[in-house]
Amino acid sequence: MSTVTDRTRALGMARIRRRSFVDLSIDVVLTLFCLLMILPLVLLVSNAFKTPQEMLAWPPTVIPDVPTLSNFKAVLADTPLLRWVANSLSFALLSTLCILMTSAITGYILGKFRHRLLSVFFAIILATAIVPFEVYMIPLYFQAQSLGVLNSTWGLLLGYLVMSFGIFLVRQNVIHSIPDELLEAARIDGAGELWIFWRIVLPLLRGTLGALGILAFFQAWTSFAWPLIVATTRETYTIEVGLALFQTGFTVDLGRLSAASAVVLIPSVTLFVLLRRNFVQGVASTGLKE
Amino acid sequence: MQRKKWIFATLAILPTLVIFAYVRIYPIGDTLRLSLHKWDILSKNKPFIGLANFEELMGDPLFLDAFVNTTVIAFGVLFITIPLALVLAALIHHRTRSHFVGFYETSIFIPHIVSLVPAAMAWKWIFDARLGPLNALLTTFGFSPKAWLFDPVLSVICIIVLCSWQALGYAVMIYLVGFKSLPTSLYEAAKLDGASGPQSFWRISVPLLKPITLYVSVVTLVSGFNVYAQAFVLASDSQGAPGRQVRVLVLDMLENSFRNYRVGYAASEAVVLLAIVLVLTLIQFRLLREKGRA
Repeated sequence: MSTVTDRTRALGMARIRRRSFVDLSIDVVLTLFCLLMILPLVLLVSNAFKTPQEMLAWPPTVIPDVPTLSNFKAVLADTPLLRWVANSLSFALLSTLCILMTSAITGYILGKFRHRLLSVFFAIILATAIVPFEVYMIPLYFQAQSLGVLNSTWGLLLGYLVMSFGIFLVRQNVIHSIPDELLEAARIDGAGELWIFWRIVLPLLRGTLGALGILAFFQAWTSFAWPLIVATTRETYTIEVGLALFQTGFTVDLGRLSAASAVVLIPSVTLFVLLRRNFVQGVASTGLKE
Repeated sequence: MQRKKWIFATLAILPTLVIFAYVRIYPIGDTLRLSLHKWDILSKNKPFIGLANFEELMGDPLFLDAFVNTTVIAFGVLFITIPLALVLAALIHHRTRSHFVGFYETSIFIPHIVSLVPAAMAWKWIFDARLGPLNALLTTFGFSPKAWLFDPVLSVICIIVLCSWQALGYAVMIYLVGFKSLPTSLYEAAKLDGASGPQSFWRISVPLLKPITLYVSVVTLVSGFNVYAQAFVLASDSQGAPGRQVRVLVLDMLENSFRNYRVGYAASEAVVLLAIVLVLTLIQFRLLREKGRA
């Protein structure tokens, strides 16, 4: 009797040991892979602090032996880098604000009001959502031209005022998390429509709007093709365009490029790590379209 | 009260309606219209020329080059990203209780959110023929160094690597959501029947995640067909002109419009891009519906 339980216990121990071995190797594989994923960015940032000699060293050092800020000083003297960052920042913040406002109000109306025309509008939003921006940006460029907003934040903004997915996301959340009874009760108590939206609907959408806001901010911050054609003077470049055009020059050296890139990367990666949960929630919800 | 309610709804939705019509519907319609016209920015009149733009596209070597490159890139990214993302998501999901999950998710996702240009810059350095660590690594293992970014085939591969590196995070994240939604009872039953981890991955997870695979594939392909910044930075030609080494559709379109001033012709390229996206989306819906029926 006791030998049997001993044997089963031994078998169980062996299985547990085997399982923890498998888990451990999975952790090792994943850790190595993840380090490999961020290695290019880590090296880029570390290159920014290296002297030209050390940059050629093999194997590349992750923490510079002789850290220097000369690359940063040089790139700040060479280019209006901070101006570009400011351009990108104001564009991204304004775009986020516009997308949040249009998505919140439109998603609410489409979610809680029943009318045939509203359904038609929603169908049009869904149908045009799959059209990539690149398809219609040339006509939009000429619209910006006729408005006289080329080479300005307003011109950049024109392409990023609304987000079909944002409207869709808010509508879904309004339908699923705001009961009709709540709104009706407020109406019976004599609340105005604007008050209901402002005081009841918006607070309940806080989480959704947070996720959407981060999505919208990064979308504008990383946009490339549209800023490239709309902002064509050195003073109005966004950071992405400025960097891309800066790196095509012949005289540019690697240290300065890395320094300029680091200036862009460090804040956005920090922001992402801080807001990771919101961001993942937002991105994950893009997968639930069907 | 009912009237007040509808006045509010109308007033509230009107701004979005106007904006949406102006920045989406009108330019999309304009693309379709321009693609049937000959318009060379400087000239006043835009004669209607039917499908002549499209006929010319079919014989345009630059466009065909761009079309082939873009297709190869889009499918290359797809074939690397989807299997890799599926396996990674399975492994991460398996280790959900590990302390490292936050690290895994963050580091796989970071390439997806960082700005394209600085990220592309990092890879440009890695692939650099003289200064890059990739060639240094190859030499230490006794291989001969290669001119990664100047060889027509290798430079396409470089772009595929860069794009896959960026696309992977999104795919893993969507798959993780998918894994969390799978019923745990199925896995427990499989375990009782003696199925190993890899077996239940192949026999249960992969088939059940098919709709997600379909969705991620279409998203990856569509963004692959819109590739631009990556080629712009990585694939300068020997004169340093950005993006010329590997022509992609968006580059060709923008060059036709803003360098050659052939807006109508560029619009017809945009319509081709739109057609590709529509076909991919229709295939997705068709396959999903078939699955629902079966």
